[in-house]
Amino acid sequence: MDQAALKKLPRGWKSIPSDLNSDQTAFKGVNWGKAMMWIFLLSDTFIFSCFLLSYMTGRGSTVLPWPNPSQVFALNFMGVPVPLLLIAIMTFVLITSSGTMAMAVKYGYEKNRKLCGTFLLLTALGGLTFVGMQAFEWSKLIFHEGVRPWSNPYGAPQFGSFFFMITGFHGTHVSIGVIFLFIFTRKVFRGDFDSGRKGYFTSMKSDYVAIEILGLYWHFVDLVWVFIFAFFYLW
Amino acid sequence: MSDEFDKKIEAKADTIVDAGSVPSGSAPGIDYVPAHEKPDQELYHSHSWWTTYVFSQDAKYIGIQYAITAIGTGLIGLVLSWMMRLQLAFPGLGILEPSAYYQFITMHGMIMVIYLLTALFLGGFGNLLIPLMCGARDMAFPYLNMVSYWAFLLAVLILLSSFFVPGGPTGAGWTLYPPQAITSGTPGSSAGIVLMLISLCVFVAGFTMGGLNYIITMLQSRARGMTLMRLPLTCWGIFTATVLALLAFPALLVGCIMMTLDNLLGTSFFMPAMISMGEKLSYDGGSPLLFQHLFWFFGHPEVYIIALPAFGIISDLISVHARKNIFGYRMMVWAIVGIGALSFFVWAHHMYVSGMTPWFGYFFATTTLIIAVPTAIKVYNWVLTLWRGNIHLTLPMLFALAFIVTFVNGGLTGIFLGNVTVDVPLSDTYFVVAHFHMVMGIAPILVVFGAIYHWFPLITGRMLHEGIGRIHFWVTFLGSYAIYFPMHYQGFVGVPRRYFEIYDSPYITTSTLHLNVFITIAALIVGAAQLLFLFNLIYSARAGEKAEKNPWKANSLEWLTPEMPPGHGNFGKELPVVYRWAYDFNVPGADKDYIPQTVPPSEVRYAKVEKT
Repeated sequence: MDQAALKKLPRGWKSIPSDLNSDQTAFKGVNWGKAMMWIFLLSDTFIFSCFLLSYMTGRGSTVLPWPNPSQVFALNFMGVPVPLLLIAIMTFVLITSSGTMAMAVKYGYEKNRKLCGTFLLLTALGGLTFVGMQAFEWSKLIFHEGVRPWSNPYGAPQFGSFFFMITGFHGTHVSIGVIFLFIFTRKVFRGDFDSGRKGYFTSMKSDYVAIEILGLYWHFVDLVWVFIFAFFYLW
Repeated sequence: MSDEFDKKIEAKADTIVDAGSVPSGSAPGIDYVPAHEKPDQELYHSHSWWTTYVFSQDAKYIGIQYAITAIGTGLIGLVLSWMMRLQLAFPGLGILEPSAYYQFITMHGMIMVIYLLTALFLGGFGNLLIPLMCGARDMAFPYLNMVSYWAFLLAVLILLSSFFVPGGPTGAGWTLYPPQAITSGTPGSSAGIVLMLISLCVFVAGFTMGGLNYIITMLQSRARGMTLMRLPLTCWGIFTATVLALLAFPALLVGCIMMTLDNLLGTSFFMPAMISMGEKLSYDGGSPLLFQHLFWFFGHPEVYIIALPAFGIISDLISVHARKNIFGYRMMVWAIVGIGALSFFVWAHHMYVSGMTPWFGYFFATTTLIIAVPTAIKVYNWVLTLWRGNIHLTLPMLFALAFIVTFVNGGLTGIFLGNVTVDVPLSDTYFVVAHFHMVMGIAPILVVFGAIYHWFPLITGRMLHEGIGRIHFWVTFLGSYAIYFPMHYQGFVGVPRRYFEIYDSPYITTSTLHLNVFITIAALIVGAAQLLFLFNLIYSARAGEKAEKNPWKANSLEWLTPEMPPGHGNFGKELPVVYRWAYDFNVPGADKDYIPQTVPPSEVRYAKVEKT
């Protein structure tokens, strides 16, 4: 649907019955891939919700004391234990990468290949930094503090179980995102999205909308992190 | 319908007619359909045998691949049920070890629910029918669709490989309840259960890819003029079921991941402190109930993931073969959507005896009984569609009628079990087995058969053999009643389910033993009739009577392709334009007893059609 036709459609609440009663498409002028990503993210939200609800149940029902997060996750800085120092930096890096992702989407639609690719690369590096710091955090917990998925020296064994499972699942999401960010960076610099080069697997034409779709995923992963951050480190 | 309405439409159409492209030669006013919103879909064109038939990206082929894999797996489930029935009827022969009995029960349940019915309805019929019924060239993401099938096949192979690992497949029951599922003493508690859990995770991943495709195709890739309220009910059933699956499978995935970790890493998500073989296990502090909540938050919507496509398909079969529009189409759509929404609020009715607070049971009993309302609406509407219809007793119609009867039967016993007070004594008896086999085993399978008899000509261009089909129908229909009616009685006299050996004892009535022999003989006969059906499929695909185009004189788009079976891209050069719903049968004033969806109003000026 072109912009002129889209402008004639009803807006606001009236658009809901109008769109649902229309033929051909329910989301007017929305790219298929974009609609798909939104629905996938809804499904993924249910996955993370199940994880976090299980965590709340497990933490609520255990009779052993729950470890104190500001103690477990503290980092020694100049000889002083600073609670949540590493996590604060990790969170800052990840949220910043959401900003650079948004810039990449903007420059993508402006067909500014250089800036789009640069911001994608920055986003990928931000994600990589996050994963790297998470690996550091994990190894510190495992090798220095003796936290294991099945036990830990601080209290309820479920602490380690839920922590490694849920941050691991989130970290996998970030890692997949980083891989795609690097692939897309290459595609942008090679000019695939300008020339409409066919995808290697799907043999479908490349389009700048793909960057927005990847952006949706990336923002979602960041948003989930906010919840994980709140539930694990602040509770 | 009314002249005034026509005038309004005409006036409206005249003002906006310039915006749309009107096919030349037809009266522009009343035939107005909005213009194309998007360019034609870019398709993948295969060039070799491998990419056409094996790594196919064409939804029709993927649907058939799904169906063949699912039916093949289902046959294994059928053989497992034979073995169990033989063991129950003749415990003295020692056909199965106790552990093998539990393994077979588990695999039978999981195969039938997930790998046969879910895969067949959504993967099989979904892929085959959604693009055709919506008037699309293919699914929205053909490559993803292909990956979805291969992930499903991988899940099946992982599942079946568990037969060959040390300890064999898991024997935890299809609900896989911890702690026993991963405690020694349960068959397959080491390798078998892990393979089962991994297989389920792969299935969920594969299904998500397929499910996103079905949803986006139906929402974003319909033909000109095809509004949501003109879609055949089959599409609505599959659509709602897919939405349920995308929201319910996450709970299963999370449960599977957590149990895998409990088993492999020794975490205690679901495992309480336990003593096994005289030793305290290393597990401590987990909650087995948490798994039950996760499992049934998936498990109950799963029932409707199977039932809703069946509801949709049966509505179409009844309407076409009774030559009458479906009664209360909009009501039917809202009933499907309503059942889907309600199905997320009833899961704990599977857990009445798990030790929940009784107030919880009261809440879930209430929501469960509320579901009976939209379900009853659907049954009444099917019956009202048949009322004064021109009923053709074709094979699909026979199966449709059998479905209604069976579904009502299974639904009524569901009302027994949905009430806490009635459920407690009936829980874990054969009454439950009879209930769920009737309502989500036999009933959907009857729909599967009806649908295959109905759409076989669309797939192969040939009709299935009528005579063999009728034998198959009567043996299956009457036979399944012979199997499951006695089980209701067995449940009432208190025969527990999941016992591998039921022999003469003071606690078991003698009639139970005789009935067990009777049920087993019936099960063997019904199973053998399915082999006849398979023979019919293979025989008719090769040498069956050639089908004419649109053999059932249906209205929906899948029959209106330029060639039958439809070719690559489904609709030839021009995509169809839709002017009406799929149910214009025996319209007063029309010269034929059906008006296909693509017939413009100007060609049937005097027909008094419903406004859709």
